[in-house]
Amino acid sequence: MGKIGLIIKREYLTRVRNRTFILTTILTPLLFVILITGSVYLQLKGREDMQIAVVDNNGFFKTNLKGSDNVHFDFPDGVDTTNYLDKGYTAILVIPKFEGTQKTDYVIRSRKSIGFGTEETIKEKINAAIEDNMLQQAGVNRSELDSIHTKSQFATLTPVQEHGNKAQESNQGLAYGIGYASGILIYITMIIYGMMVLRGVMEEKTNRIAEVVVSSVKPFQLMMGKIIGIGAVGLTQFLMWVVLITVLLTTAQTFIPHDTLQQIQTLQQNGGTMPGGNMVQASESAQRIYNIKHSLGTANWPLIIGCFIFYFIGGYLFYASLFAAVGSVIEDIQTSQSMTLPITMPIIFSFLIMSVVVYSPDTPLAIWTSIIPFTSPTVMMARIAYGVPGTVAYWQLIVSMLLLVGGFLFTTWLAGKIYRTGILLYGKKVTWKEMIKWAFR
Amino acid sequence: MNLLEVKNLKKYFSTQKAVDDISFTIEKGSIFGLLGPNGAGKTTLIRMITGIFYPDEGDIFLDGHRFDPVNDVVKIGYMPEERGLYKKMKIGEQAVYLAQLKGLSKSEAIEKVKEWFIKFEMQSWWNKKIEDLSKGMSQKLQFVITVLHEPKLIILDEPFSGLDPVNANLIKDEIYGLAQRGSTIIFSTHRMEQVEEICDHIILVNLGKKILDGTVQKIKQDFKENKFSIQLTEVPATTHNPAFQVIDQKANKLVVKINEGYKSNDVLHFFLQQQTTIEAFNEILPSLNEIFIREVEGSKALTRAFQPV
Repeated sequence: MGKIGLIIKREYLTRVRNRTFILTTILTPLLFVILITGSVYLQLKGREDMQIAVVDNNGFFKTNLKGSDNVHFDFPDGVDTTNYLDKGYTAILVIPKFEGTQKTDYVIRSRKSIGFGTEETIKEKINAAIEDNMLQQAGVNRSELDSIHTKSQFATLTPVQEHGNKAQESNQGLAYGIGYASGILIYITMIIYGMMVLRGVMEEKTNRIAEVVVSSVKPFQLMMGKIIGIGAVGLTQFLMWVVLITVLLTTAQTFIPHDTLQQIQTLQQNGGTMPGGNMVQASESAQRIYNIKHSLGTANWPLIIGCFIFYFIGGYLFYASLFAAVGSVIEDIQTSQSMTLPITMPIIFSFLIMSVVVYSPDTPLAIWTSIIPFTSPTVMMARIAYGVPGTVAYWQLIVSMLLLVGGFLFTTWLAGKIYRTGILLYGKKVTWKEMIKWAFR
Repeated sequence: MNLLEVKNLKKYFSTQKAVDDISFTIEKGSIFGLLGPNGAGKTTLIRMITGIFYPDEGDIFLDGHRFDPVNDVVKIGYMPEERGLYKKMKIGEQAVYLAQLKGLSKSEAIEKVKEWFIKFEMQSWWNKKIEDLSKGMSQKLQFVITVLHEPKLIILDEPFSGLDPVNANLIKDEIYGLAQRGSTIIFSTHRMEQVEEICDHIILVNLGKKILDGTVQKIKQDFKENKFSIQLTEVPATTHNPAFQVIDQKANKLVVKINEGYKSNDVLHFFLQQQTTIEAFNEILPSLNEIFIREVEGSKALTRAFQPV
C-alpha cells in the first residue's frame, strides 16, 4: 500500500476540499428535496377554491352541472359580468344557446388567472352535464347507468409474486422507478467520474508532474492511486447524498399536519384500511402518503443498495482505467473528443438498452446485456429492482458480478500498459491502433 | 569508488535506437556532465537510470549493487527538463507529498522541507500555490524538491534555464555544496560554458551512442590543435618560420598554429631572436562548445533522425 496510499489520499483530499465539490454535494440533495416537497405541497395545498356563477342560456345545466370539491357552480339571478365579484364569486361562466350539434364557445371570466388543472375540471364538468342531458333525452336514466357501471366492475387485479414459498406483494411501478433511477445514476457517475479521471491524468501529463512522480513510484501505482482516489470521492458524494436526503426528508415530514401523521400511523398498523368499518375516513393526503410509504416498503432495499454499490464501483473501475489510458495519450481537451468516443459509446449504448430493459426485464437482450461487463452495471441495476431471484436468477447475478470483476481487472491491466507509455510521450498524436499495439506487446 | 556504473545499456523504440550500447562510470562525489544534441538519447538514458524505463539490454549498478528501480528511488533525485508541479496544490503540502513519495516519513518530510525553505528563503511560500509563482521561483522550488531527501545521486536536466544570475549562482553553489557533502551529480545540458565551469567529467552522446568520455581537461587536450596566442610589444616584419603559421592577428596579438614536429619552445625561440618583447604566451585549448559542434555536426544529426532498427 504505502505509496499508492499516499497518492489515493492526495487525489481524494484535493478533490473533497474543493469548493465546487462541497457545493454540489450539499446543493444537489437540497434541490432534490425542495423539488419533492414542493410538488407534494402544491398537490396538497395548491388547489384554488372557485365559486363560479353560471349564466345559462339553455336551461338544463342547473340540474346537470355538478361541482367538484374545489369548484362550485351556482346559478344566481341577476349576476352578470359586471357584478359577479361584488356578489362573492371568483368567476363567471357564460354558456351561450346551443345551435344544433355545433361546438360551442364557453367564456369564463375571472380576475385571477385560472390554473390548468381547474380549467380541465371545469371542462370535464361541462361535458358531463351535456352528456347527462343527452342521455336523458335518449331516455336513459343517469342513476341507472351508474348502478350498472358499479355492478359490472368485478375484476380486481392484485399482482402477487412467488418468492420460494413466501408470496410477496410486488410493485411494478416501484421496480420501474428504482431500476430507472439507479440505471441513470450509474450511467451518470461512470461518465462524470470517468471524465474526472481523464482530466486528472491529462493534467498530470501536461503539467509534466508525471515525470517527477514516476521517478518515485511506478506509473501503475500513480494510475491506480488516481482511479481509487477519485472513486472514493464519488462514493463519498453518493453516501453524503443518501444521508442528506434522508435527513432532509425526515425534517420535511415534520411539516405534515399532526392529525394526518396520526392517520398514517393508524393506516400502517392496520394494513392500509381505517379501523371501525368506514366510520372514520382517512384524509386524502394521509392515504396518499401511506401509499408511497407502503409501496417503498415492498422493495428489497438492502439488496438493491448493496448491488448498487457493487455495480457503481465495478462499472466505475471498468471504465475509469480506460479513461485513464486515453488521458495519458492526449495533451489537450479538444483531441480528447475523438479519443474518448470508443469508451463513451458503450456507456451511452448501455444506457439506451437500460431504458428498454426497465420495461421488459426478462427478454434475452436484458439477460445478456446484464451479464456482459460493458453494459452490465446499468442494465443489471434496472433488472434487480424487479426482484432476485424472481426476475434475475442467482446464477445471472453471480456470473454478471464475476465477469465485471474480471472485466475491470482486464481493462486495468490493459490501461496500465498504455498509460505507462503514454504518460511520458509528448508532441505526438497517438491513434487507437498504436494504443492497442502498446497494450498487447 | 564508483557510485554509478552503466554497462552496455540499450533501449530501442519502434522508430529509433534511442540508446545504443552506452557504458560509463561516475565516481562518487563528482559532478558529471551528460552532453548531447537534442534527440541524442539523453532523456532516455536518464529515464533508465531513474528507473522510469527498463533497459532492453545492459546493466546499471548503483552504489555497488544492481539497480533496483523500486527500492532505490530514495537514493535518486531527478529534476526533469520539463518541470512540473501540481498547479492547484499548496507549495508546502506539495513538497511534503513528493518527499513522502520518495520514501520519507511525514515528520521527516516536513522537517526537511522546512529546513530547505529556510535555506532558500522560501518560508513565506508555504501556503501559496504554484500558479502564484514566477517561472524562476518554481524552478527554485523544483530544485529543492529534487534534493531535499538527500539523494546519493542527483540528476539535473537543464537546472539553470529560466533562472536569473543571482538565483543561478545560488543553485550552482548548492550543487557544489551537495557534491562536497558526498552526493554525486549528473548534469545534463546544452550550455557548454556551464559544463566547463562545473563538471569534472563528461560524456557526449549522439544518435544513441557515446562519442566522447573523459575529464574536461583531458578532452580539451585531446582536441587541442596546437594553437597558441602570443602578445608582443611589436610585431616583427616577418613571421615566416617552418615551426608555425600565423592564423590570426589582432594588433600586437598573434594566434599561431605549430606545425607537426615542432614544439612551443620553437615559437618562443623565433620571437626571442626577433628582438621583440613577449608580453604573454599561452596555449589556446578548444572550448567544449567547439568540440561539441565539431563532433556533432560531423554526424549531420542535430535533430532527431529516424532510422530503421
